[in-house]
Amino acid sequence: MPGTPILQLERIEVIYDQVILAVRGISLAVPQGGIVALLGANGAGKSTTLKAISSLVRAERGEVVQGRILFDGTDITHANPAKLAESGLVQVLEGRHCFGHLSVEENLKTGGFVRRPSRADLSASLEKIYHYFPRLKTRRHSLAGYTSGGEQQMVAIGRALMAKPRLILLDEPSMGLAPQIVEEIFEIVRDLNQREGVSFLLAEQNATVALRHASYGYVIENGVVATEGTASELAGSDALQASYLGGKTVASLVAA
Amino acid sequence: MGFFLEVLAGGLLAGVMYSLVAIGFVLIYKASGVFNFAQGAMVLFAALTFVSLLERGVPFWLSFVITLLAMVALALLIERAVLRPLVNRPPITLFMATLGLSYVIEGAAQALWGAQVHGLDLGIKDEPFEFAGLLLSQFDLFAAATAAVLVTTLSLLFSKTRIGLSLRAVADDPLAALAIGIRLQRIWAVVWAVAGFVGLVAGLLWGARLGVQFSLSLIVLKALPVLIIGGFTSIGGAIVGGLIIGASEKLAEVYIGPLIGGGIENWFPYVLALLFLLVRPAGLFGERAIERV
Repeated sequence: MPGTPILQLERIEVIYDQVILAVRGISLAVPQGGIVALLGANGAGKSTTLKAISSLVRAERGEVVQGRILFDGTDITHANPAKLAESGLVQVLEGRHCFGHLSVEENLKTGGFVRRPSRADLSASLEKIYHYFPRLKTRRHSLAGYTSGGEQQMVAIGRALMAKPRLILLDEPSMGLAPQIVEEIFEIVRDLNQREGVSFLLAEQNATVALRHASYGYVIENGVVATEGTASELAGSDALQASYLGGKTVASLVAA
Repeated sequence: MGFFLEVLAGGLLAGVMYSLVAIGFVLIYKASGVFNFAQGAMVLFAALTFVSLLERGVPFWLSFVITLLAMVALALLIERAVLRPLVNRPPITLFMATLGLSYVIEGAAQALWGAQVHGLDLGIKDEPFEFAGLLLSQFDLFAAATAAVLVTTLSLLFSKTRIGLSLRAVADDPLAALAIGIRLQRIWAVVWAVAGFVGLVAGLLWGARLGVQFSLSLIVLKALPVLIIGGFTSIGGAIVGGLIIGASEKLAEVYIGPLIGGGIENWFPYVLALLFLLVRPAGLFGERAIERV
């Protein structure tokens, strides 16, 4: 991995409500301009890891109690979420979380406010988003709550892009979407990665799709990294299957 | 017929006065999901501060500005001392906190300015005049015009400005708002300050009508049926709810009252609100969750 990674987690532990240990010492890295996948079954700790990075975990009575999180080499373990968005790290939440009672365009605009852009700058950024998501332009005046699931996912990603981030944490982009829409969304993610240089850390249950677009992956199990490797290594490994289907745990497979 | 219209018009105009109080609730409820029981205390605080300044010889507009600044300071203080430590607590906890807050504000207002009753003269005569064959109160018309200006200003604020858009975003989904870098604390402080301003306007009008006194804080109780009917999340709903309450309580008093011994104006709105709760729990204009099927 050349240069400093844009994101680095060093053995972080996350506790909810001061008792529930959800993440038990995860270390990972996202290289500059990379797409890294965080895989694992439901409840493995993927979302918690992302929220720990974006500091949103604190809004849900969680806390990073051990370890360090570095963004571009700076310690952001206890940073304020607004500060992080300002410095170029934005999370797209699981389940999309569009502002349902705001129009598509209003949703997108709110994402840009953190930069305190001029009026011209804001509308230029808006045009850029519409360039990547032409579908949103035709629906710009609809209430986001009444758009389709795929469109809402595009709104959520577009809204995050308005902050001109260098790293996007993308949580379960495929959730509840038809396969061809999932494909479309991942194509756009790859496009943004190549043309805008945005790095991605994406949490996915759908490992097949995620590994087709990511270059590197981590498999999480019960709050620890069970295995990691390049996308092609992971795609062919038994470990991944085991982690989803149960039976032997990855740890026991690796030991064997 | 003329009599009926007169009662109706009088009731509608009186209802606007309830709406003015209800709007303060809607603002805070929308942005933070808190039912702010202290809104009545804020109305009292504003009116008492204003009238006390006026009585000490401060000019009208200067008193208005100083009171407004006091309300903003109060909002910042509440955000800092009450809301921030209680962030992410269940709504009932926050409600209890505002209940306590109302006592603190009432107490502080009276400790600062004394507990005697003050008269407040805004220079608008509270006497009827004839309009299109109906006797209407000049004061009520003034209150209605004020409410109209207030609502227009607020809706422009919400739809045209960045702070307004952020505010609606926070109301919709606080976690997502946080994720895109909207500062919740700042939004809360703004909302409480705007609610303080609305409280000031309501306090002046109600104070001019009833005198500025402790019982002013009890108008929260009158706002409750307005909110239940109009919905807790809609400013338009607060207006319509106020109109319905105002008109129906006056009509009920005049037409149903004599049949059962009168004096029903005081409890009729609550019965009406109960009926609405059975039929339309979210109120007429309350936002129901958007669900796609």
